[in-house]
Amino acid sequence: MLDIKGLAVKLEEEDKQILKGVDLSVEAGSVHAIMGPNGSGKSTLSYVLSGRDGYEVTGGSALLEGENLLDMDPEERAAAGLFLAFQYPVEIPGVGNMTFLRTAMNAQRKARGEEEISAGDFLKLIRAKAKELKIDAEMLKRPVNVGFSGGEKKRNEILQMAMLEPKMCILDETDSGLDVDAMKLVSEGVNALRDAGRGFLVITHYQRLLDHIAPDVVHIMADGRIVKSGGPELALEVEKNGYADILTEVA
Amino acid sequence: MAAPAQKQDPTEARLEGLTLPDGAAWAREAREAALGRFRAMGLPTRRDEYWRYTDPATLTQAAAPRAAVFKPTDEVPLFQEVDRLKVVFIDGVFSPEKSDDLAMAGLEIERLQDALAKDIHWAKDLYGTREAAGQDPVARPQAALNTAFATDGIVIRATGKAEKPVELIYLHRDEISDAILHHLVRVEPGADVTVLEVGPAAARFNKCMEIDVADTGAFHHVRAQGRDHERRAVTHMFARVGKEALYKSFTTTANGVMTRNEHVIEIAGDRATAHVAGAALGDGHYGKFHHDDTVFITHDAVDCESRQVFKKVLRNGAEGVFQGKILVKEGAQKTDGYQISQSLLLDDDSSFQAKPELEIYADDVICSHGSTTGAIDETALFYLRSRGVPTDEATDLLTLAFLAEAIDEIADEALREDVAARLREWLERRRRG
Repeated sequence: MLDIKGLAVKLEEEDKQILKGVDLSVEAGSVHAIMGPNGSGKSTLSYVLSGRDGYEVTGGSALLEGENLLDMDPEERAAAGLFLAFQYPVEIPGVGNMTFLRTAMNAQRKARGEEEISAGDFLKLIRAKAKELKIDAEMLKRPVNVGFSGGEKKRNEILQMAMLEPKMCILDETDSGLDVDAMKLVSEGVNALRDAGRGFLVITHYQRLLDHIAPDVVHIMADGRIVKSGGPELALEVEKNGYADILTEVA
Repeated sequence: MAAPAQKQDPTEARLEGLTLPDGAAWAREAREAALGRFRAMGLPTRRDEYWRYTDPATLTQAAAPRAAVFKPTDEVPLFQEVDRLKVVFIDGVFSPEKSDDLAMAGLEIERLQDALAKDIHWAKDLYGTREAAGQDPVARPQAALNTAFATDGIVIRATGKAEKPVELIYLHRDEISDAILHHLVRVEPGADVTVLEVGPAAARFNKCMEIDVADTGAFHHVRAQGRDHERRAVTHMFARVGKEALYKSFTTTANGVMTRNEHVIEIAGDRATAHVAGAALGDGHYGKFHHDDTVFITHDAVDCESRQVFKKVLRNGAEGVFQGKILVKEGAQKTDGYQISQSLLLDDDSSFQAKPELEIYADDVICSHGSTTGAIDETALFYLRSRGVPTDEATDLLTLAFLAEAIDEIADEALREDVAARLREWLERRRRG
């Protein structure tokens, strides 16, 4: 599904190398987790994959189902099936949540040469999906993320994911700022989307999210590289001993 | 060899060919007084402080500059779905054939010249009165010119709740039409009326509306200065707002070489409310675009609220201007005054100039004003794109969001939706090229 080889990235504005050759393959139907200390490049990886400005790719490749992601505009990546759940979802005053989602959905469909969704079908769909995530009608009407609590913002990200049905989902520290109940809701939302045709890359600082979203593979990232990969037990090891042991071991 | 002709004074040059229209004695007097005011003030030039950001030359020159007639074939008339009474003017001349019957419960409607021909008419107290009062402290000579020479217009007296809005539809058919229209609106106590204005009007349009909202009356105004790229306009809204009365005006403008919209509002009764708002879309791609909103609100009563909300979206060298003043007179305690003027510049060629002013002589007031100029929010743009919305479409979505605060000033939902939809259409059309 997602194939990253030797991905090297520096900041556009300054001479600072953030990613120093990332190798990672996420197969359809699997959940991969990336853990790592602050500043290891986890979030940068998600930004670069989604096409955010400010980074320069200095080497390597990133393919989504064989297509070169790095050549595409952010909207093309989305239409190709990539979705990033933001660590800090953006507030957009004046744009209603429903309008936003419907515009996004139809733009993606149009880009793929599909029929637009009718207003009626859209309403039916969003009501059903919102209910599962305990998002009420009032929240759907409000401007995108404006006045939302931290938990509401993250649930709104998952709602978008559920509506857009991407092939490859990247979750960037989705657990940050969530209380236990909100984490449970968000995780259930993600688990409901787990599917043989869909890949997940879960970026997180802590093991606790992985108690809810069980990963198939866990990677440890440090200093711009994946330094260790393993099964779910690797996350438990981090939880128990911190990153220091692992980092010493691979150094 | 003959001596060269002496260069004529521009003020006198403007008057050439204009004659004071006939009417009742009081109307003649009002017109003569206005002509006197006009002559005393003289036409503005770029050197006048009040015209520092807008060159009045093409608005003041003797003849109207030619303006090709723009015929949008691909848009339905605005407010088509709204039940309203239509009053049509073609190049500034009332068209009885195209207009509805001027009769409606709760309203008395007449043509200006009919009202001004009557020896006894309520219009006597209003015609030229608000305009004259609005000349102090800042001169507005073209409004005086209008009072003196307006040949047509509509006078409306609301005696109750009007059953539907009155829409003034302006059609532009003649490339050199130079229209002067003067409207009067008198809202009696407890009455409520909505006046809509739509269209480009003429090659050059000088419009003056005097509004008197009596105690507890309500006046709503929604105006669309629609697509007609070469037209020019100078408009004045002079209002007096009585006790517990409401004055609400919204204008949307899309294109036009030159537009100067002035609002002069006197809040005269306690607990009165006055809101003026505007949303302008300027695109220099269709030719020059210059849009100037000039607002002067005077608080002269206790516990009143005023709002000025003006938003402009400018691209391809379009120019936006905002001059807004809140004057709080001595004794106008508990005034709540708010003013915001913002521009969204979609490229480096466009410009926005703002002159917000507060002048306050009372000590128990809340007045705030702000002005910003900015580009599209890149973070929001990326968020939209990351969800699959292409850059152009995302920019339009954020543009409409930017305009929302102004559009939300339209109280009536159907009218608000219609204006929002029209702005959306205009943006979409532009995107399609």
